[in-house]
Amino acid sequence: MSNILEIKNLVVSYGGIEAVKGIDMIVPEGEIVTLIGANGAGKSTTLKSIAGLVKPRQASIQFKGQEIVGKTPDFIVSQGITLVPEGRRVFPNLTVMENLRIGAYLRKDNLKDDLEYVFSLFPRLKEREWQMAGTLSGGEQQMLAVGRALMSRPKLIMMDEPSLGLAPLVVKDIFTIIQTINEQGITVLLIEQNANMALKVAHKAYVIETGKITMEGTGAELLANEEIKEAYLGKTK
Amino acid sequence: MRDMTEKKKTQASIVLSLLAVVIAALLLYCVNTYTKPTFMLRTVLQLGAIYALVAVSMNLLNGFTGLFSLGQAGFMAVGAYTFAIFTIPVGSRSGVYYLYGVADWLANIQFPIWGGLLAAGLVAAVLAALIGAPVLRLKSDYFAIATLGFAEIVRIIVGSTPMNRVTNGSLGLKMIPKFPNFYFPFLIAGICILIIALLLRSSYGRAFKAIREDEIAAEAMGINLAKHKQMSFIISSFFAGIGGALMGMFLGAITSTTFNVTLTYNILLIVVIGGMGSMTGSVLSAFLVIAAREWWLRFLDQEMVIGTFHVPFLKTGFRMVVFSIILMLVVLFFRRGIMGTKEFNWNFILKRLDKKKDAKPSAGGESA
Repeated sequence: MSNILEIKNLVVSYGGIEAVKGIDMIVPEGEIVTLIGANGAGKSTTLKSIAGLVKPRQASIQFKGQEIVGKTPDFIVSQGITLVPEGRRVFPNLTVMENLRIGAYLRKDNLKDDLEYVFSLFPRLKEREWQMAGTLSGGEQQMLAVGRALMSRPKLIMMDEPSLGLAPLVVKDIFTIIQTINEQGITVLLIEQNANMALKVAHKAYVIETGKITMEGTGAELLANEEIKEAYLGKTK
Repeated sequence: MRDMTEKKKTQASIVLSLLAVVIAALLLYCVNTYTKPTFMLRTVLQLGAIYALVAVSMNLLNGFTGLFSLGQAGFMAVGAYTFAIFTIPVGSRSGVYYLYGVADWLANIQFPIWGGLLAAGLVAAVLAALIGAPVLRLKSDYFAIATLGFAEIVRIIVGSTPMNRVTNGSLGLKMIPKFPNFYFPFLIAGICILIIALLLRSSYGRAFKAIREDEIAAEAMGINLAKHKQMSFIISSFFAGIGGALMGMFLGAITSTTFNVTLTYNILLIVVIGGMGSMTGSVLSAFLVIAAREWWLRFLDQEMVIGTFHVPFLKTGFRMVVFSIILMLVVLFFRRGIMGTKEFNWNFILKRLDKKKDAKPSAGGESA
């Protein structure tokens, strides 16, 4: 199996402070890969660098063998990578339908099938098609954010803390959806603080601490690891 | 089934809109035929159309793209001066530039009116493209200040001595061609507003709104922020330029002080009253504000005696006091303007009519 994304020596600094200190990661095609870590470890920065929203100081990021460092976000989206941003960030004063259409902004072809696909994943959105996105509940907004990202027909979907601020039941739904999307052939790169859930669904996992990868393995391996249990899963000694 | 009703609804809306345009045209025809040339309604309607165009162009930038610009008067000045410079009849140039003379390259160029209007828009748009790149890097308040500064710079350059032989310096320009007929401003403003409306309904319009709502999310969706902001800025300026040219035609004579900051604030006022992010709101509010300020409140400027009672306060300028109070009340009770971010919608009216079948269909509706 080939790697859809290969990151080598990613260094990102914000005004002299290094947030990411040279990490290497690979994302195999068709898998769910998760990156877990505490607040400020550099998870979001890593995703933003891939999406082109942050310019890394040095790095090689190859998407399907093509170098994407230094490319603009719209180019990267057009190549098939989308980001579901942290905190959902739906467009509050636009309708659900408009939000979804903006997700497909770079595509000029017919959106009918994609809309049907998103509505089949999230029937709730269909019911609320004409509602302002700002009036949706947190869970619905997260569904909309995921649906919006899917509208660009991505090959790799990156999610920044999709469980943030959601009720446990809703979190479960979101993770089910992530698995469904993955089974349909879309590679998923997932960032989570909710390590338990993330490791359960992930084929491959990385642990990031203060800008460096400290551990990697399959989801199941890390889930069984004592150190991880202690640091991220809330198990006492 | 659902699609069928949707289709029917759109068809009904289009028919009703066309009907409204025809009715508006007929009303204009009546106004033109049956009123005296000095009647206030004519002036108010013409000026209202010009302000509607400029307000919609400002709304495109401020209300739809979320870029709070205060440079509208500057672009209007550019448009008005460009139009005037190229359309004042060659024969009357010596009379207009009687003090400084006219620049040699300019002396024998004369554009037809449509060419002048197009040039007005294009020059404003080119200027917007030039200043856009640096200015659009600024955010919110800083952007507002920069555009305000730009407008003042334009005004001062236009009125400065080195420009004497082109803009006639502080003396300003006169003998600007008047409207060829009563309908002209309505036609031009209507076409321009229609173009903006179509643009906003396209995927570009959605991209503008996405930028207004959340820049980071918009960028993550693949919307090129710099490109779209620039585009919105240029298009808004293009139509502000045309609006400025219409203003020049309406007034017949312009100086650099015609386009001072107060003009920008007047337009901003119309946009805010109409609703930031509502085009129909801007159009509606343009006509209402102009009518109130120039016409309906005029009586407050004259002395009034009822019986033997001499009404106090009424003298020149008092109408502006009352006007300001009305504005405050409007803003208090309609926090987000008359229309908010909604647009005038036939479906809404049809639904109302469905509920009470006995109500007569009204012939209202602004022509776009």
